[in-house]
Amino acid sequence: MTTSARARRERRTGLAFISPWIVGFVVFTAWPILYSGYLSLTDYDVLTDPAFVGLENYERMAADPQVRLALWNTLQYAVVQVPLYVLVSLALALLLHQAGRASGFFRTAFFVPKMTPPVAVGVLLLLLFNGQYGLVNEALAVVGIDGPSWTTDPAWIKPGLALVSLWSVGTAVVILLAALQDVPTELYDAARVDGAGWWRRTRTVTLPMISGALFFVTVVNTIAAFQMFTEAYSAFFGAGTSSYSNDAALFYVIYLFREGFAELHMGYASALAWLLFVVIMLVTAVQLAVSRCLVYYEGEQR
Amino acid sequence: MTAVALGARADRGVARRRQRWLRALVVAALTVLAVVFVYPLVWLLSASFKPRAEIFDNRLLPRTPTLENYLTVWDAAPLGLWLANTLVVTALAATTVTLSSALVAWGFAHYRFRGRGPLFGLVLATMMLPGAVTLIPTYLIWHQLGFVGTTVPLWSGNLFGSAFYVFLLRQFFLRLPREPFEAARLDGASEWTLFWRIAVPLCRPALVLTFLFEAQASWTDLMRPLVYLQDTATFTVPRGLKAVIDQFGPGGESQWEVVVTASVITTVPMILLFFAGQRYFVQGIATTGSKG
Repeated sequence: MTTSARARRERRTGLAFISPWIVGFVVFTAWPILYSGYLSLTDYDVLTDPAFVGLENYERMAADPQVRLALWNTLQYAVVQVPLYVLVSLALALLLHQAGRASGFFRTAFFVPKMTPPVAVGVLLLLLFNGQYGLVNEALAVVGIDGPSWTTDPAWIKPGLALVSLWSVGTAVVILLAALQDVPTELYDAARVDGAGWWRRTRTVTLPMISGALFFVTVVNTIAAFQMFTEAYSAFFGAGTSSYSNDAALFYVIYLFREGFAELHMGYASALAWLLFVVIMLVTAVQLAVSRCLVYYEGEQR
Repeated sequence: MTAVALGARADRGVARRRQRWLRALVVAALTVLAVVFVYPLVWLLSASFKPRAEIFDNRLLPRTPTLENYLTVWDAAPLGLWLANTLVVTALAATTVTLSSALVAWGFAHYRFRGRGPLFGLVLATMMLPGAVTLIPTYLIWHQLGFVGTTVPLWSGNLFGSAFYVFLLRQFFLRLPREPFEAARLDGASEWTLFWRIAVPLCRPALVLTFLFEAQASWTDLMRPLVYLQDTATFTVPRGLKAVIDQFGPGGESQWEVVVTASVITTVPMILLFFAGQRYFVQGIATTGSKG
């Protein structure tokens, strides 16, 4: 009797504590997902009531060359940016791990850029990657490379954005470094006794031991790459005295944003959001499946 | 001493010397990389003190340093107002999300009840949910409530906790021993007292971390201010900076010194925030990944 009364009280108190999240989940997650599913089947401009149009938005999407362009741009960017980002953050973390007592100082240096607002990163992209006067091309010229027009040549806009995104690897570096520091040193000693060199130790001890953190960084960054918006929008889209836009930087979320909030095609934009949702879920599911074979979690029964 | 022992010692000497060389090489590489990482910020700061003609000279120090750009920017855009707006939004966003997420995290960490597992699974699932998916319906909710055009949508969603911080804070609450709470309960302390007087003070660093994370996220956000704010007077600094880019940058008059200076003003508060909370930032991020 008393135990069940106590259990009931514990349940009531627990639910009371988590109730803000339950309300928030219903209002700002569950309802929006369902509602956007409904909206994607309508024609809605906010001013008049949504008109049900069935699958028309999806049919339009299939035929919309802008959707294809935006998807293609986003895919190209993600395929280049994600591996580059993970590799660079891993390389920096490995270096920091070898640096001993100096690593704290360098860690700060790698992390500080992460604090820069993405809008300002967009500005830096336009300035430092300027084809004629930019610092990047000036540096490349020193080693005899004639740098491209990063901010105007359609072929170089996405590589430029991917490079500039590396400036914000700070979080990933800190996460990977923490994982590296968690690897028990006995494992290295054992490998060394077996005569394994640095590369072999890294491949057979380090990488498996930090595969959980690597996976985390990869998944989070992939989701972010598919939602690339601010840096590209700040640099290549706007409505100043003359409105400007750039097809090579038309990422999926930028297109979604313009359809929704500039054109007020809320129904169509909702359909676009659903497609993005499905694409990201599929990619994440594939990554999860691949990780089953590659990721090692401690304490896991195999 | 046997020859074998001597040989081993010589080997160790070689190994140690190699180790020292290796470390020197690593530090040299890191130094170069650190310069590459920090230089853009230095470049930006330096450029803000250069006259227009010298912005692209890429010199480390301005040849003819001037404060002119700051005066121009201050005249051209209501930066003081934007900074004040952002400060209010950031303070509200960070405070509300810290308190609400702490409540929820405590509920998940301390109390055992049926349905807790699946509910926490939902929390984790929403962490992976792409924000773009709920963008439009969420806008329509605020539109219905009549808050579009105000800064309310930029922070008040934080009253309901945020999955990432719930996850983070729960990790910290789970590490607390249960005994002090049972003892306090026997002494007749209320559940609220247990949370507010015992759990919260014990997890202060984690709460500070949450506050700092959200302050950074809120201050630097551009997407939501773009969606919700229309009147210049309500702009946050990133939204204002975008307006400055539109007016003085590629779409407008190509007065880069104005854009550069506005960028510096947008960025500096975040750099200060980082150095104020450096300890929390780095340690906190380390905990997020290892349990991810």
